Amino acid sequence: MDFTLMITSLPKLLGAAVVTLKLLSLSLFFGLFIGLLFAILRLNKNPFIKNFAYGYSYIFRGTPLLVQIFIIYFGLGQIEYFRSTFLWVVFKEPYWCAIIAFALNTGAYTSEILRSAFQTIKPGIIEAGKSLGISNKIIFYKIQIPVAIRQSLPAYGNEIILMMKGTSLASTVTLMDLTGVAKYIISTTFKPIEVFIVAGSIYLFMTFLIHNIIRYLEKKYNFQ
Amino acid sequence: MELLAFGKTGWGDELFYATLMTIAVSITALLIGFLFSLIFTPLKLSNNKFFNLIANSYTTVIRGVPELLVIYLFFFGGSGAIMYVASIFGYLEYIEINAFITGSFAIGIISGAYSTEVFRGAIQSIDKGQFEAAKVLGIKRNVQFFKIIMPQMLRLAIPNLSNVWQITLKDTSLISVTGLVEIMRQSYIAAGSTRDPLLFYSVAALIYLMLTFLSMKLINRLEIKYSRGF
Repeated sequence: MDFTLMITSLPKLLGAAVVTLKLLSLSLFFGLFIGLLFAILRLNKNPFIKNFAYGYSYIFRGTPLLVQIFIIYFGLGQIEYFRSTFLWVVFKEPYWCAIIAFALNTGAYTSEILRSAFQTIKPGIIEAGKSLGISNKIIFYKIQIPVAIRQSLPAYGNEIILMMKGTSLASTVTLMDLTGVAKYIISTTFKPIEVFIVAGSIYLFMTFLIHNIIRYLEKKYNFQ
Repeated sequence: MELLAFGKTGWGDELFYATLMTIAVSITALLIGFLFSLIFTPLKLSNNKFFNLIANSYTTVIRGVPELLVIYLFFFGGSGAIMYVASIFGYLEYIEINAFITGSFAIGIISGAYSTEVFRGAIQSIDKGQFEAAKVLGIKRNVQFFKIIMPQMLRLAIPNLSNVWQITLKDTSLISVTGLVEIMRQSYIAAGSTRDPLLFYSVAALIYLMLTFLSMKLINRLEIKYSRGF
C-alpha cells in the first residue's frame, strides 16, 4: 500500500469529482425536462405520438450509453451540413456532447418512471379535483404532477445514482472527470488498487449523499 | 453500403464476429455473476453479522462505483495481482492475462452484485410457511432448497434477472477500453479506418438493440414457463 500516493492524489481526484458533479447536475436538469415531455407524450391518445415517445425510450434504454456518446461526439461531426449550422458551436465541445448524451439517456429512463407514476395515480384524486370545479389544466399541473413526482422519487433516486455512474463515460471523450483522472493516475503510477480505493470512496460518498437526500425528500413529501 | 459487406472489402463479417464476442462475454460474465451471487446471497441471508457485513460491502461498493472504474482496476491491476500470487509460488516471469478473461471477470463481479440483490429479494419474499412446512415434513435441507425454494424463487427472480442481463449486455460495451474486439471496439476500428463513424456507431447501436430485443423475447418465454400454475 502506497499511502503517500493516496494522499497526494486526493486533491486531484476531489477536483475531478467537481467536474463529475457538474456533468451530473446539468444532465439531470435537462434530462428531467426531456423525461417529463416524453412521459406526457406517452400518455397522449394519438397512437403516432405515443409510439414516437415509446420508440425514443426503447432506443435509448436498449443501447449502451457508450454508443450514444460516440454517435453524438464522433458521428454527428461527420455530417458536412451539420457543421455549418449554429448547433456546431455546441456539438464540437466534448463537454456538451457528453451532457447531451447523458440528458437524452436519463430522459428516456425518467420518462418511463414518470409515465408509470402518472398511470398509478388514484383516479379518486383527479375526480376530487373535478368535483371541486378545478379546471383540467390546473388539475394536471397542481395535482397530477406533484403526486407523480412524489410517487416516482424512490425510482428516480436510483436513476440519479445510475446516472452518476454513467458520467464516468465522459472520460472516453477526453473529459477529465473523476474516472478520467483516476485512469490517468493509474496509468502513470501503475498503482491501480490505491487509486481505486480513493476514487471509489469519493464515488461511494456521493452515492451515500444522494441516497440520503432522496430519503429526506421522500419523508418530507410523504402524504399518506 | 459496400462498407458493411461480408468478405475482404467490407466490415460485415468482422462486425458479425464482434457480435459473437459480445454475446460470449455477456454470457460468461452473467455466469460468473451467478457464481458470485451463489456465494454472497447465503452470506446476506445468514444471521451472522460478520457475514452480512462482507456481503453488504460487496454489493454496496460495486453498485456505488462506476463500471468503468472497476474495469480499469482489473485491466491495470489484474496481471499485477496474478503475478504477485505466482511470485509466492516462486514463478517470477511476466504473466499477461487475456482481455476476454479480465473483461468477463470485471463485468461478472458487477453483474454478481446485482443478481445477489435479486436472489436475496426473491428468497425473502417466499412465504415463511414454505420453509416451516418443509421442515415439519422432515425434508432434508438441500432437497428443500432445490425442490421447494428454488422453483418458487426462480419465478419471482426471472423478471428481475432479465434486467440484470440487459445491464450486463450493455456493460460489455465498456470492455472495449481494454482492447477486446467486441462490437464497440470493432466499430471504433472500422470508424477509424473508413472515417465513417456515424455509420459504424449507428450499426453498433442497431446490433445492441437487436440483441436486447431478441433476449427479451427469449426471457418472456422463460417467464411463462416458470410461472405455470400461477
